[in-house]
Amino acid sequence: MAPEDIIKDITSSDYKYGFTSDIESEAIPKGLSEEVIRVISAKKSEPEWLLRFRLKAYRRWLGMQMPTWAQLRIPEVDYQDIIYYAAPKPAVVKKSMDEVDPELLATFGKLGIPIEEQKMLAGVAVDAVMDSVSVKTTFSAALAEKGIIFCSFGEAVQKHPELVRKYLASVVPVGDNFFAALNSAVFSDGSFCYIPAGVRCPMELSSYFRINAKGTGQFERTLIVAEEGSYVSYLEGCTAPQRDENQLHAAVVEVVVMKNAEVKYATVQNWYPGDRQGRGGIFNFVTKRGICKGSNAKLSWAQVETGSAITWKYPSTILQGDGSSSEFYSVAVTSNYQQADTGTKMIHIGKNTGSRIVSKGISAGHSQNSYRGMVKMSKNAAGARNFSQCDSLLIGDRCGAHTFPRIEAGSPSAMVEHEATTSKIGEDQLFYCNQRGISTEDAVGLIVNGYAREVLNRLPMEFAVEAQKLLQVSLEGSVG
Amino acid sequence: MLLQVVNLHAAVDGREILKGIDLTVSAGNVHAIMGPNGSGKSTLAAVLAGKPGYEVTQGSATFAGKNLLDMPPEARAREGLFLSFQHPVEIAGVSNASFMKAALSERRKHQELPQLSPSEFLQLMRQKMALVEMDSAFASRGVNMGFSGGEKKRNEIFQMAMLEPALAILDEPDSGLDIDALRIVANGINALKSKDSAALLITHYQRLLGYVVPDFVHVLYQGKIVKTGGKELALKLEEKGYDWLK
Repeated sequence: MAPEDIIKDITSSDYKYGFTSDIESEAIPKGLSEEVIRVISAKKSEPEWLLRFRLKAYRRWLGMQMPTWAQLRIPEVDYQDIIYYAAPKPAVVKKSMDEVDPELLATFGKLGIPIEEQKMLAGVAVDAVMDSVSVKTTFSAALAEKGIIFCSFGEAVQKHPELVRKYLASVVPVGDNFFAALNSAVFSDGSFCYIPAGVRCPMELSSYFRINAKGTGQFERTLIVAEEGSYVSYLEGCTAPQRDENQLHAAVVEVVVMKNAEVKYATVQNWYPGDRQGRGGIFNFVTKRGICKGSNAKLSWAQVETGSAITWKYPSTILQGDGSSSEFYSVAVTSNYQQADTGTKMIHIGKNTGSRIVSKGISAGHSQNSYRGMVKMSKNAAGARNFSQCDSLLIGDRCGAHTFPRIEAGSPSAMVEHEATTSKIGEDQLFYCNQRGISTEDAVGLIVNGYAREVLNRLPMEFAVEAQKLLQVSLEGSVG
Repeated sequence: MLLQVVNLHAAVDGREILKGIDLTVSAGNVHAIMGPNGSGKSTLAAVLAGKPGYEVTQGSATFAGKNLLDMPPEARAREGLFLSFQHPVEIAGVSNASFMKAALSERRKHQELPQLSPSEFLQLMRQKMALVEMDSAFASRGVNMGFSGGEKKRNEIFQMAMLEPALAILDEPDSGLDIDALRIVANGINALKSKDSAALLITHYQRLLGYVVPDFVHVLYQGKIVKTGGKELALKLEEKGYDWLK
């Protein structure tokens, strides 16, 4: 095969989560208005304050424009052509797994989600969100013994309204940006996690998000609060069926980390990326932000981004507490016609705060992959330090990699380091591997995994293996 | 016989480099291919290994009874054809050990041999690294990353020792080596000689042939083998140069 054919081949792959599940769903009509928001709120039997919160956000959103600063070509989105609420029917709370729609279980089976109770041995508690509602949260009881709350967002609103009200929008204000405002107006469900002071969460907490119904958007809200001296490791995974239309996903994640607490947040994002010609795929506009509120708080972000037609996402940390620290480890893979503009913001406010950024972009096919980052040392952040490393790997010669780092050093004693490299998987490397009996696809997998290892090592074991496979699958047929 | 090349013509970018090569290699033999720069020696190696960009325009090549030219490069390798690169390629992030693990696993799968356990694999690595006097620290370094010229050549011989090919094509394994490295590389090649395997040694100089004694010496000139003889031919070339053959 000629080199250009091989590359053409590898940069166009098939998506294995593209199935649709035949589950009856209950949806409201398309479009967005105050009326729609009232319906969503009513369906979820929400308290008055939350409805007011939504309406306030909606009014803010009406006056906002979609951001255009990213290195993305975003087709116009018709916000009146989206269904803002769809729920697998009937949306009654299940007492045990036996009551769950078998088709739904089959769906989660296909996704490889360890939803069954026996998976407790694997030490993973799962909250699965399909379309707009949380379907099943496992192990809540086991966690409750330790005082840990891990449930759907909707349930948290009902059972722990004081906590939700206290922390909701405390890290990402309603008017923070266009998509955060939209999410605040229409969010349907998501996960809520609260770790009491001094408690070390004994298992990985995990949420799986899936868009199933046609024409719907998904707007989930995740809120994690880690009280003083607590620890939790949280994972999220995302998939969606293959459709010709573009579907909108606009989530907000807020993480609050108190004094001496630690939160690890890992994401494997594999929303449907569109087909080889760039038709369909998820528009993934996500606002993720955490705050290290107390001294010596720690927050680490690890993400593997392989899906979505467009990704706009910058998990960020506000380092407020003295001595607090944060890490951002990211692998973003784009192939075919995917576009990703992703990175992080590290806002250093406290003294002696530390942050580390390791970003690995991999571009193949006709895709565009950008790293956008901001490191801000405010004037009081004495002794703060940051190290950033941004690497780009190119496969083929039709893709693009871009880096937009921004550094604001307001403190004279702060230290900021930035390193960047760009490399390419060469024909000579592929032939060298071939000559040792390694197929081109395996060679790409080997090289890509080697390149991304530093980030993959940051994922919990089970996820790391999955992510490694995912990297290879995402680039399958994209090289040669 | 192991390899039979008949009237092989090949072109790069439309320019014909090989103009009718005939070559027969049997198991147990070492063949040396010599010739001046630009005569087509490396092209022959690349064509036999299946490097992209080389177009075979005429002729045939049979390897272990199979049509070599029909096979993609990785199939040729699994079948037991090994090319020691004149310029070994660097691969960052992939350790020598994981690279070899992937390669050996493919070879053994093809040979229908059971896969080695991690400890067996490590033991084999150590043994073969010792053969070319390579420090075991090289196992965890990126493939050829930061290796000196001599270390890269030794790494090629190490890989060959791991994969135990039926036919080893060595494209100037001696270029750029000092005398100690040359001895190490030559010892490695000699240690791997067996009655079931053969080597095709591409070199400019008689120097290497003082250590690895060929059964046949061929002179390649302007894309054709113009003379074939025994080991004494190499000595004659060393003395007289190539001009008398033109």
